[in-house]
Amino acid sequence: MRFMLMVKASEDSEKGIMPTEAELGEMGQYNEEMVKAGVMLAGEGLQPSSKGARVKFSGSDRTVTDGPFTETKELVAGYWLIQVKSREEAIEWVKRCPNPHAGESEIEIRQVFEAEDFGEELTPELREQEERIRAQADDNQ
Amino acid sequence: MTASDAHRAIDAVWRIESARLIAGLARIVRDVGVAEDLAQEALVAALEQWPESGVPDNPGAWLMATAKHRGIDRLRRREMVERKHQELGRELEIQQELAEPDPDAAIDDHIGDDMLSLVFTTCHPVLSTEARVAVTLRMLGGLTTKEIARAFLAPEATVAQRIVRAKKTLAEAEVPFEVPGSDELGDRLASVLEIVYLIFNEGYSATAGDDWLRPALCEDALRLGRILAELVPTEPEVHGLVALMEIQASRSRARVGPSGEPILLLDQVRARWDYMLVGRGLAALDRAEGLGGTPGQYTLQAAIAACHARARAPEETDWPRIAGLYGVLAELTRSPVVELNRAVALGMAFGPQEGLELVDELISEPSLEGYHLLPSVRGDLLAKLSRFVEAREEFERAAALTRNGRERELLSERARLLAG
Repeated sequence: MRFMLMVKASEDSEKGIMPTEAELGEMGQYNEEMVKAGVMLAGEGLQPSSKGARVKFSGSDRTVTDGPFTETKELVAGYWLIQVKSREEAIEWVKRCPNPHAGESEIEIRQVFEAEDFGEELTPELREQEERIRAQADDNQ
Repeated sequence: MTASDAHRAIDAVWRIESARLIAGLARIVRDVGVAEDLAQEALVAALEQWPESGVPDNPGAWLMATAKHRGIDRLRRREMVERKHQELGRELEIQQELAEPDPDAAIDDHIGDDMLSLVFTTCHPVLSTEARVAVTLRMLGGLTTKEIARAFLAPEATVAQRIVRAKKTLAEAEVPFEVPGSDELGDRLASVLEIVYLIFNEGYSATAGDDWLRPALCEDALRLGRILAELVPTEPEVHGLVALMEIQASRSRARVGPSGEPILLLDQVRARWDYMLVGRGLAALDRAEGLGGTPGQYTLQAAIAACHARARAPEETDWPRIAGLYGVLAELTRSPVVELNRAVALGMAFGPQEGLELVDELISEPSLEGYHLLPSVRGDLLAKLSRFVEAREEFERAAALTRNGRERELLSERARLLAG
């Protein structure tokens, strides 16, 4: 099963203050450990929200808001995607992570949906979607 | 922390630490069976103590220290090795190493080599294939006997017995705990890769539904493969195998229909492929090919899988390249099944007549006698050449030969359609 580990932003990360060399080194070592254990699939750090944007949906309307965004602790500053045996294993890996920021930090752990998580009730829609995509593919030929 | 929370946390720690623990111990005691026993004893101690005390800050070091203490106890009770004169010196040496004060540093220095030695030991040719699979999943994958039994639909007692016997065999054959020398390395590595791929296929050939546990087996194999790729980064075939598994796994969602029926590659909805895994697979293939040398069987198979993965739509598939790759693979493996695949690719690349000529050469091949895919492929090519009567006969023959119910339906249906 796969989990996304999301590092929440801090005031420093939102200001675009880069981690120190020592911090980067520690994090690099941690990443290496997860790669060597065969669990890390992907992972990236994200730029401050001042470089990002949001698109709000309301019915058929789309409104674009440029960053930065204020609710720092709810923002995501980086993520990993890992494949492990259990939620507990994901937690255990996160506990081994060096503190991503100076001071307080938070990493949120969320499980990724897998094919087998979609129950029987979804099959008619899936089938319909498949048929639609297939029909489109046929049209394109 | 409730007892069941603690047990789940311990399971998680075990999954992460057990292979390193067993590998580190095996280097000292020079017997993976004993090493595994000691590691298990440490696990039992954790299960007794951690629900009360909480999980220690460095659980790996705790387990290692505990296992080493158990080792010393055993030596004192003189259980670990038979008391032969020449072994006394060795025993003292082991005792000294077990008593080393700084377990954490001691593991880290050797851990890469230790893990590799463990892989080569659990996949040692002295063991039967079944034993290699079970011991590898248990000692490297950190799976319990129960999990292995469930994955292979075997009774737990059978698997447990298999592991006990394997440990005994390794001890009796005095299989050294080491990375094989360069003269042996190629063959031994092939044995390791074979086991990893076998585990993967055991998971991959299962369909969804009643077998929901099997995708986990694919993940276990992938995890083993990814670990191996870091342990022997200069071996192209390791990356080739990882590439092959990543690309195949990328299709898992697309290859099973809503009611559990298999969907063939060319009929799959490619939007449902997992493009992150495709990307990882292509990167691993680049690594394999970048290391140079004559490509081995996994790298070639991965290269073929990559041709499909790169095609946005079936009609964009580079069939001439696939046919060429199958040609190289056929020379390497001398496998008639590979030749049959080449025939399909030739048919797609250069027309059905081209494919049929190769299939007709294969008809006399004794190892393909009774293989349902031979008449199935032949029927397909004949149908494309509008030789419908012969095609129908081939599909009927194929339907009679297959042991898979779903496939039989499919083949009979094709035969019926040709009759009309």
